[in-house]
Amino acid sequence: MPIAGSGMYAHWDYAYFVGAAYGISAAVLFGLVAWIVLDQRGRRREIAELEASGVRRRSAQGEKR
Amino acid sequence: MSDISIPAGRLSGLANPTRFIALADRAVPWLAGIAVVILAVGLWMSFAAPPDYQQGTTVRIMYIHVPFAWLAMLCYTIMAVSALGTLVWRHPLADVALKAAAPIGATFTFLALVTGSIWGKPMWGTWWVWDARLTSVFVLFLMYLGLIALTRALDDPQKSARAAAVLTLVGFINIPIIKFSVDWWNTLHQGESIFRLDGPTIAPSMLWPLAVMAIGFTVLFFALHFAAIRAEILRRRVIAMRRLAARHADRG
Repeated sequence: MPIAGSGMYAHWDYAYFVGAAYGISAAVLFGLVAWIVLDQRGRRREIAELEASGVRRRSAQGEKR
Repeated sequence: MSDISIPAGRLSGLANPTRFIALADRAVPWLAGIAVVILAVGLWMSFAAPPDYQQGTTVRIMYIHVPFAWLAMLCYTIMAVSALGTLVWRHPLADVALKAAAPIGATFTFLALVTGSIWGKPMWGTWWVWDARLTSVFVLFLMYLGLIALTRALDDPQKSARAAAVLTLVGFINIPIIKFSVDWWNTLHQGESIFRLDGPTIAPSMLWPLAVMAIGFTVLFFALHFAAIRAEILRRRVIAMRRLAARHADRG
């Protein structure tokens, strides 16, 4: 809470701002990492399903050589 | 005469998406591991560093705010180079790199704005002002959102690639504006204190943790970008395979 009438914060309040900045950053970055990892897993699963159903990319045969 | 041989440089070697995926499979775990170690050391240094004589412990926000802002601009610069790759060299992975980078850049720009705002409240007495630095970074955030929308608006990535590349290059004008905004205009945001001709004006006890955190987040950025490019290549394969399956089904 700001010091009454001054709009200024006491030094012991600073820890809340530091905690909020680090906490929000950690949560958002965790969400970004999770999104990229899940996106990749989902696409790999879809490719495996398509290959299992007999669909082959035209370039896939050349890659296996 | 069509015997034109193009030297197989490193970039053209990576033009093969399968080769890129193999590289990413090897590099991403290492990059992620190195980033975690550097960031752990950086975090320890950030909280072991002395508080500022005026700002107290809020100066610790600098150790994440500055790397986020730096990556917001680095990511856009990488996207601008990728845009040149699409328009000039027609590199097959340039558009993939541009599209994959946009959400990562938007995230770091968002975090630079949020951590700056949280730092501003106790130090400036306000969460936000429309000064040149804050406004130009906010414009960068909007441009990221626009590019995310544009690169995902059309089903065929080939069609949106050119438009996204042109828009990215036009928007690059904002990067020097962000960098020099604190010199060109009178801003509430402080001036440059690290990359100055007369050397940094930050005490070494605070400069070192900042440098370590900046390196750690940069390595993390490349790990995320490589992983996102790989995911985008896989997404395009899924689309191509579904089209192929649909064509076979039509003939069948």
